[in-house]
Amino acid sequence: MTNEMKDTGIVYDVKGLDLWYGQDQALKNINMQIYKNQVTAVIGPSGCGKSTFVKTLNRMVENIPIVKIGGEILYHGENIFDKSVMVEELRTKVGMVFQKPNPFPKSIYENVLYGPKIHGIRDKKVHMEILETSLKAAALWDEVKDRLDDNAYGLSGGQQQRLCIARALAVQPEVILMDEPTSALDPIATQKIEDLINQLKEDYSIIIVTHSMQQAGRISDKTAFFLMGELIEYDDTSKIFSNPAKKQTEDYITGRFG
Amino acid sequence: MENQMKIAAKGAMASRKRENLHFSINRSNISKRVRRNNFYRVLFSLSTVFAIGMLMILLYQVWIDSVGWLTPGFLTRNLSIFPEKAGIHGAILGTVYLMLVVIPVTILLGVATAIYLEEYATKGRIAAFIRTNITNLASVPSVIFGLLGLAVFGRLLGLGSSILAGGLTLSLLVLPIVVVAAQEALRAVPGFLREGSYAMGASKWTTIWRVVLPVALPGVLTGGILAVSRAIGETAPLVVLGIPTLIMRIPKSLGDDFTALPIQIYYWTLDTVLTREYANLAAATIVVLLIVLFMMNSVAIVIRNKYQRRF
Repeated sequence: MTNEMKDTGIVYDVKGLDLWYGQDQALKNINMQIYKNQVTAVIGPSGCGKSTFVKTLNRMVENIPIVKIGGEILYHGENIFDKSVMVEELRTKVGMVFQKPNPFPKSIYENVLYGPKIHGIRDKKVHMEILETSLKAAALWDEVKDRLDDNAYGLSGGQQQRLCIARALAVQPEVILMDEPTSALDPIATQKIEDLINQLKEDYSIIIVTHSMQQAGRISDKTAFFLMGELIEYDDTSKIFSNPAKKQTEDYITGRFG
Repeated sequence: MENQMKIAAKGAMASRKRENLHFSINRSNISKRVRRNNFYRVLFSLSTVFAIGMLMILLYQVWIDSVGWLTPGFLTRNLSIFPEKAGIHGAILGTVYLMLVVIPVTILLGVATAIYLEEYATKGRIAAFIRTNITNLASVPSVIFGLLGLAVFGRLLGLGSSILAGGLTLSLLVLPIVVVAAQEALRAVPGFLREGSYAMGASKWTTIWRVVLPVALPGVLTGGILAVSRAIGETAPLVVLGIPTLIMRIPKSLGDDFTALPIQIYYWTLDTVLTREYANLAAATIVVLLIVLFMMNSVAIVIRNKYQRRF
């Protein structure tokens, strides 16, 4: 991450990635390139490794002690598994939003500023700037600007999830990983998050795991289809949904299994 | 996909018609089962009545013995060979000083140990062994901790029967309780909060300090207060340490000799054979000690209720 960003348009270059949970191999020889300022959807049936894959991109998966990883993931040309890479630094560039909204049991203000504060920003003026920009970018500002000191758990589920997005944006990442961010939300809240994702891709590269093929179709530029730990097909979303190259992809998309 | 599911669901419904069920509810025995339920309800309520009744008798006797002796002067006077002039000022101060040692030592050591075991130690066999044994330590008789305190603090470190020696011994005694309570409080912090912090690039320590500890604090405090109130009431370790009762001086520093409330109760009760009124003095001291313990436990309950989980 010390290298200056080479603007090749490729954010992640995954090379021969293998991952085991103990004896079970969850990812098998994954090779794919993820592009800048695009929404990349990762789809596949439960247990296919799509969540595991996304959690590998910011090395969160290593919090599970029995995980073993082989292969490389190049982030702007640098292998994220290299000994010189500090996961803490990687994660300031690669933010993450989880399946279940997980704000901290603190005020809205404290939630958004958690990242900036732990990374050493103390200036109150800068705090207010970050607070407003992040909440506006997450389309939450108008709803919460009068109650920034209220506890985050007083917000609705959809608002909590947008707060978590604002919290991730506050450390100015380049990539945002989203692990089924709307699966716990109602259709209206889901719609808001999807609109938000469309706006955010102007400035960020987004990788989103989703169970809903309609969602992948609506919001993504590229789609990766995983099955039993393998990357079956990876292409433009329009191509995957209209004319998939592999039979398994077609079967999944047309609802023959999964 | 949805169509397939609908068809499958219809099939399942069709095969579960009522006449196909292969069991029938036996309704004839219902009154028997209701009677059995009543029997157990009475049995269990009698157990409760017994436990509470015994406690009430105890409290009543102590209260009766202490009436007339528990005066403001009793709290402000020091020891005297004349029962009607004796007070527990020194013992109260001794107990307060003891707490000044026990509270910081147990909270700091206990929370640090719990953080290490829950957050840092690998989940291997050695950690599991340590965890089990901390729980076991909590059930070691207090007199044994007294012997340990006598050997290590009293003799080896030359602290004698000072406040420091007594406080450290009591700290060791209740440390396992604090560790176990803190471990439980840490374990109850949901993993998704930790993940949220790690995903922001927070280190483990930052996550513990800013997210985990604030959420776990009420549980830690509750456990801490209960442990300290146990330490206040302990007698055996102090007796083994040789804490005297005939202290006329008021302790001024942690190196001074002292006496404490439970010790005072113990010796006055022993000497009842010599002086009849000592029983009343002991009872009055018990009432004071019980009030202190009751207040501390109330604080623990208030803290626990105030910070109940909001997520």
